[in-house]
Amino acid sequence: MLDFPLWKKLWLWGLTLAAAVLALPSLFNVSGLDWPSALPNPQVNLGLDLAGGSHLLLEARATDVRVQRLENMEESVRQLMRNAKPRIRIGDVSTGDGRMSFMLESPADIDRARGLIEPLMQGANLTREWDLSVVDGQRIVLVPTSAGIDAALNDAMESATEVVRRRIDELGTREPTIIRQGDTRIVVQVPGLEDPEALKSLLGQTAQLEFKMVDLNALPENVQAGVAPAGSEIFPYAPGTPQEGQFEAVRRLGGIRGDSLTGAQAGVDPTSNQNVVNITFDAQGGAKFAKLTTENVGKPFAIILDGQVLSAPNINEPIIGGRAQISGSFTPESANNLAISLRSGALPVPLTVVEERTVGPDLGADSIRRGLLAMAVGSIAVIALMVASYGRFGIYSTIALVFNVLMLLGIMAIGNFTLTLPGIAGFVITIGAAVDANVLINERIREERARGRKVIAAVETGYKEASRAIWDANITNFIAGVALFAFGSGPVKGFAVVLVVGLFTSVFTGMVLTRMWVAGWLRKARPADIHI
Amino acid sequence: MKLLKLVPDNTNIKFLKLRIPFFVVSIALIVGSWAAVMVNGLNFGVDFAGGQEVRITFEEREAAPIPSLRELVGGLGYGEPVVQEFGGPNAVSIRVALPEGAEDTPGAATAIGGEVIAAIAAQYPDARTDGNDTVSGKVAGEFRNSAILALLAAMGLVSVYIWVRFEWQFGVGAMFALVHDVSVTLGLFALTQMEFSLQIVAAILAIIGYSLNDTIVVYDRIRENLKKYRKMPLPELLDLSVNETLARTIMTSLTLFVALIPLLIFGPPSLFGMVAAITAGLFIGTYSSVYMAGPLLIWMGVTSDSFVPQESAIDRQEKIVRGEV
Repeated sequence: MLDFPLWKKLWLWGLTLAAAVLALPSLFNVSGLDWPSALPNPQVNLGLDLAGGSHLLLEARATDVRVQRLENMEESVRQLMRNAKPRIRIGDVSTGDGRMSFMLESPADIDRARGLIEPLMQGANLTREWDLSVVDGQRIVLVPTSAGIDAALNDAMESATEVVRRRIDELGTREPTIIRQGDTRIVVQVPGLEDPEALKSLLGQTAQLEFKMVDLNALPENVQAGVAPAGSEIFPYAPGTPQEGQFEAVRRLGGIRGDSLTGAQAGVDPTSNQNVVNITFDAQGGAKFAKLTTENVGKPFAIILDGQVLSAPNINEPIIGGRAQISGSFTPESANNLAISLRSGALPVPLTVVEERTVGPDLGADSIRRGLLAMAVGSIAVIALMVASYGRFGIYSTIALVFNVLMLLGIMAIGNFTLTLPGIAGFVITIGAAVDANVLINERIREERARGRKVIAAVETGYKEASRAIWDANITNFIAGVALFAFGSGPVKGFAVVLVVGLFTSVFTGMVLTRMWVAGWLRKARPADIHI
Repeated sequence: MKLLKLVPDNTNIKFLKLRIPFFVVSIALIVGSWAAVMVNGLNFGVDFAGGQEVRITFEEREAAPIPSLRELVGGLGYGEPVVQEFGGPNAVSIRVALPEGAEDTPGAATAIGGEVIAAIAAQYPDARTDGNDTVSGKVAGEFRNSAILALLAAMGLVSVYIWVRFEWQFGVGAMFALVHDVSVTLGLFALTQMEFSLQIVAAILAIIGYSLNDTIVVYDRIRENLKKYRKMPLPELLDLSVNETLARTIMTSLTLFVALIPLLIFGPPSLFGMVAAITAGLFIGTYSSVYMAGPLLIWMGVTSDSFVPQESAIDRQEKIVRGEV
């Protein structure tokens, strides 16, 4: 029990010092000293609640994805039927109740129609994404399968995450973290952000830009009442536009989506002096746009952003070059935001901020200062108690405690763990509770001495008998710590990490290291009595 | 140098003599705590209730204009805000609950948060936003569920561990001690109406861990003494075990206590509730290790047979065959 061969001593000291040295760069950093830049520099990550920054949880509604997918399917089916040779005429198209259905004008076309649509039913990897059924011999009903919905949701979230990343990169912030979470969520963490409101409005903008022809046949009173003529739909004007509160009827089909842009820049129109966004289409989008504007010279088209009309200018002349200008009563900021959003692409699905945690940098720095002060005072109190109670053995526990804190910090630095505000409480608890192992051992040694055992035997029994309870206590703490980790979101996870890593380091320093030191002393001094 | 001895050697306090009154008190505490939770309710923070909480420091003022802030934020039409000093006379936290019916609107909390900050910034140019937490109704509901799940899982798992390592009676005893600790902590929060947040649940989980430390140390000694003194009556043996580990119990509680107190006094204001909960839990847990975990063992009839290898039926038969019995 008290036998420590040289190799074991070297190994233990090596491990201890290695872990402790890893803590030094973080300690230098906290105390404002410069760590030599030539050396490796592992640092404890500070959580956003200490470093300052914003944590946002964004959520997409799965229903939005489903609706979108049905609309896309309608568009594809119409195009297929129109381009079929000879053309297949369809009618009574509907996309409600999670299904898309349409009627063939001639039941004779049924096999041809099926043959054309069938390839659309299969997704990548040969999963069946849609179920096709025929009702009454001439109505085709398409229902997305659950595998299809999952795949669509997954695709949408995948690309939404990408779009979010591009938009945040445009803000030029340092080291943002953007992670998908669960089926419909994205976690965004941006340290040291000056203006969280700007970030939120940027991410809140879906940036689905559409150009649709205004339905000139719609009766104004019907439009204001929200009644759309067949083949048209009604959109409200965006807040802040001169026509705010009014509505516009536009043709549902034949418009252009703004997802084929290669560029978008905020600017000021030299003639009207208005804030505008200049956009550039890619080749395909440019050609479509040229066709649309050529065919509709003299007619108004609506520029629709996220379901709201920005403006509905007249097409004065065909726009051939693939460049266009969007006006819509912008402020310089909103024009710039829209330009960023358009450049980084539209979100395939609208995202909502469902949780936000923002901490200003001053508050974080203040928390660190206060936490360090409390930790220092608490440590001194614990050390005083231990030394006063157990003398030499208390000093050993104190040294173990110092190594414990250093190793804990070092492991957090090298393991890339994050120190959060509750994590500071975790450090303090670890300091206060780590000595429990030594208290148990020392009290047991006292007892064994009182029962008349010789020094060596008392120490040996003390360590041996106390170790059972120490293990059991630490394992149950570990279980509670794991529950804590599984439960917690960011800051609470940081607390759990400190507690759990602290369990390992305190068992190591409290039981193993102190035993080595005590054994070394007993061997050298061979005391007949110990003061404990 | 004379060493400090907080507890004299060989104490012989009859802790368990009063086990019935104390047990009644413990049960009353549990029932009372739940009654307080039912009647007063817990003062859920934004984590569990949803809504928004913003922390603001007024950089050019001695004291925060709390009444006018209450009026300003109340005037936004989302109900009466909770405005209180937070960490200093010129700093406040302002909490606005989710308005009726907004639980299912995912963006409501964030939108309200933005409005509150904008309104304050417009009126007070020296206002510095130190923090802003907004939680939607749905996310808050998820936090509530996962908190309950984590507490139950932690209590269940550690009790099973104790059962495996000791005997089923010990597992049940530990479980009851934990139910006591968790209940009384919840009761304290219901009584004081301190804000109940994710951090407090984390604190309770930590309390579960540390309360068990005490229970395990006492149990370990009981197990040892059961083997040593096979004829000793159980109440006496429990008293002996508690007394033998008393010095350790006091010392460990004290070291954790002196480490926590500075954090309560000098620590960041946002940690106060959490540290207060852990500090209270320290006492609650120590008490329950002696007066909840102990008496239950007596009533469930722990015997030394549980830990001393018993004669197997085959051994006994062999003895009979050899005519030894």
